[in-house]
Amino acid sequence: MGAGTVIVGTGQAGFQTAASLRAEGYAEPIMLIGEEPQIPYQRPPLSKSFALGQQDFESIQLRPQNFYQGHRIELLAGQRVSAIDRSSRSVRLESGRRIPFEKLVLATGSRNRKLPVTGAELDGVVYLRSLEEAIAIRDHLKNVEDVVVIGGGFIGLELAAVARTLGKTVTVLEVLPRLMSRAVAPIISEFYRELHTAKGATVVCGATVARIQGRGGKAESVALGDESQLRADLVVVGVGVVPNMELARDAGLRTGNGIVVDEYLQTEDENIFAVGDCVEFPCVFAGARIRLESVQNAADQAQCAASTIVGRRNRYTALPWFWSDQYDLKLQMAGISHGHDRIVTRGSAEAQKLSVFYFQGGRLMAIDSINRPMDHMIGRKLMAAGARVTPEEAADESVDLKKLAHSAGAVHH
Amino acid sequence: MEVPAGTTVMAAALKNGIDGIVAECGGVCMCSTCHVFVDEKFYGQLPPASDTEEAVLEIAAVERQPTSRLSCQIKMTTELGGLTVRIPEKQR
Repeated sequence: MGAGTVIVGTGQAGFQTAASLRAEGYAEPIMLIGEEPQIPYQRPPLSKSFALGQQDFESIQLRPQNFYQGHRIELLAGQRVSAIDRSSRSVRLESGRRIPFEKLVLATGSRNRKLPVTGAELDGVVYLRSLEEAIAIRDHLKNVEDVVVIGGGFIGLELAAVARTLGKTVTVLEVLPRLMSRAVAPIISEFYRELHTAKGATVVCGATVARIQGRGGKAESVALGDESQLRADLVVVGVGVVPNMELARDAGLRTGNGIVVDEYLQTEDENIFAVGDCVEFPCVFAGARIRLESVQNAADQAQCAASTIVGRRNRYTALPWFWSDQYDLKLQMAGISHGHDRIVTRGSAEAQKLSVFYFQGGRLMAIDSINRPMDHMIGRKLMAAGARVTPEEAADESVDLKKLAHSAGAVHH
Repeated sequence: MEVPAGTTVMAAALKNGIDGIVAECGGVCMCSTCHVFVDEKFYGQLPPASDTEEAVLEIAAVERQPTSRLSCQIKMTTELGGLTVRIPEKQR
């Protein structure tokens, strides 16, 4: 038996790589190493049901503890990999221990972008990525009144909805002119601005934060660029992430907006793969090299890399999809809408059932759906199969998307 | 397997090491990787699938059958005691 596969990172991508390797019949040793002290868990609930107190840690574990022994996956939790030695094919832990590998999978994820303002270090200024941070937010929410959310992206808005649901005074500050602007069309941004406003939150777009002020080390208020002040005993910062690519870079591997990989998710060292949030990869649906932060991307890339490692060389061609839960509404997104030149809609914002279809040069490239799950799911089939859908068909409710999917032969994804 | 009432079939399967349930999205009706075929005797006793679940069943890796459900949406109750489900040959 050889040195097997070493996986760095115990998030969704690292976990799924290990699980998929075993599911694919891989017989060599697998070592799963991560800095977080816990066994692998799901992150999406942290900003939703976990923050609301409706789920506990056990219910968000990806698998129970005994899964790892049962599948001969050696889990080294709470351990940091400090270097990769490509010439000897080994990684070094911070403890000094050296671990050899035949294949190395980097699933190092991303970390929160820090807010570069005075006062960001005060108690009561929180970020969300890890379980510990989620517990801190959940505990803070029991004791605070005024919550300011900096960043009108998915995490910020999901936590804003949680805080409002718990009866807090909530203000959302977004520096750009509209919410979730990196991901969705203006019509969806406007829908969510109205939703949050109707639920009693104050949403301010185009807002810059000058500093966070406090007393005795605790946050008390947020000062905006126009010098107005907002009371805040909890400041939630969700201003994006940066990929963890230093380990790869220090090993001489190429990095850009992430660890650079090819369509097989291999770095320029064929024995080193990278998957998940930390990866810049060629996306067939974007027609460009991109980096994605999502469960879908983590799980599908992990599965793809695992299948190549066991000898079934596999190009990564999965369709991106994503979701966000805010209040009782589910926003579902499929495809990559960046670069669209035309949008059409089905349903209406008034009915709280709305889908936006994005086209580029007449090609359907993405669909965002609010409470129209069939549009989303059938859309995933259509786009994965490269089926042709015209803007006229997409806009016409009498055209059954399911029939289009069947005629395109897109029965399975 | 024996589980407390209120447990979903998906959660019970994961806890008991059933590998044929992947549960990629964690039980929020975004993927189809906890697809099961429910025994006909029990299918009619289940609360009907929501629109969201119906949509997800459309993308199942193994084509849906008349008694297809997502196991994350089936909550165990005393009445469902003895429930049998079959797992499709693949989930992804």
